[in-house]
Amino acid sequence: MNIIFLISAGIVGGILGGMGMGGGTLLIPLLTLCLGFEQHEAQWLNLAVFVPMSFVAITIHAKNRLVKVKPLLLTICGALPASILFSFVATKASSETLGKFFGVFLVVLGAVNIIKILRPEKKVIPIIPKDE
Amino acid sequence: MLFFGIKAQQRPILTDMILLAEREKRNIRLIFVAAFVGAVSGLFGGGGGTLAVPLFEKWGLTVKESHATTIAVIMPLCLVSSVAYCLAGIKNFDAFWKIEIGVLVGGVVGALVLRKISSKLLSFVFYALMIFAGVRTLVK
Repeated sequence: MNIIFLISAGIVGGILGGMGMGGGTLLIPLLTLCLGFEQHEAQWLNLAVFVPMSFVAITIHAKNRLVKVKPLLLTICGALPASILFSFVATKASSETLGKFFGVFLVVLGAVNIIKILRPEKKVIPIIPKDE
Repeated sequence: MLFFGIKAQQRPILTDMILLAEREKRNIRLIFVAAFVGAVSGLFGGGGGTLAVPLFEKWGLTVKESHATTIAVIMPLCLVSSVAYCLAGIKNFDAFWKIEIGVLVGGVVGALVLRKISSKLLSFVFYALMIFAGVRTLVK
């Protein structure tokens, strides 16, 4: 029975992720609230399952030349050290604290995005012409 | 290269300098916000992508390019994070494989379904669920 629940959770997460909505973020509460996983473990699971799936997606996108190298490299330079640092912080936090922070994070993220959806279309104009 | 209809050879040096300065500014802003993307991804095990997509759009990529580049960015971040958690003893490979099977299937389904369904309503429901999940997590 357990394996069916896990696979189902994966399917839900995969569908949401495949639609480009950051499905992984809902996978974590799915694991903690419905399947009783502990916060740290659920986060690790979300991180881990993303890697193989994204491999496939990236290969396809790269073939279609949709992945832009310069912003990619710049972003990784900025994000990687922060990611390592905060992963370390996460492992040191207690399950309850991390859970509370995560709950707040979900509410904020959800609220901000809903407001973004509800307000009228604001065209994002880049500052300089795309020439790279 | 044409710039405002003036050919490169005729373009005044000042405009070049302004262009370079703007380019530097947006790159610095990118790296700065990228730190947030990394922080969120490492601390919460996910959610970095939601910050990254608008970041790339503002930088100048199209919607599709933003989504694609975001996945390419998040992948190494997730890899590094999961290794870090693993080294600290947080792991569950048994559950990992089972969930992964579902994710691979669901991912394909999701990508196929993506073209056919209205995104605004779906996104609304998705984020409403996210708020609900957040509240439940806090209250539990």
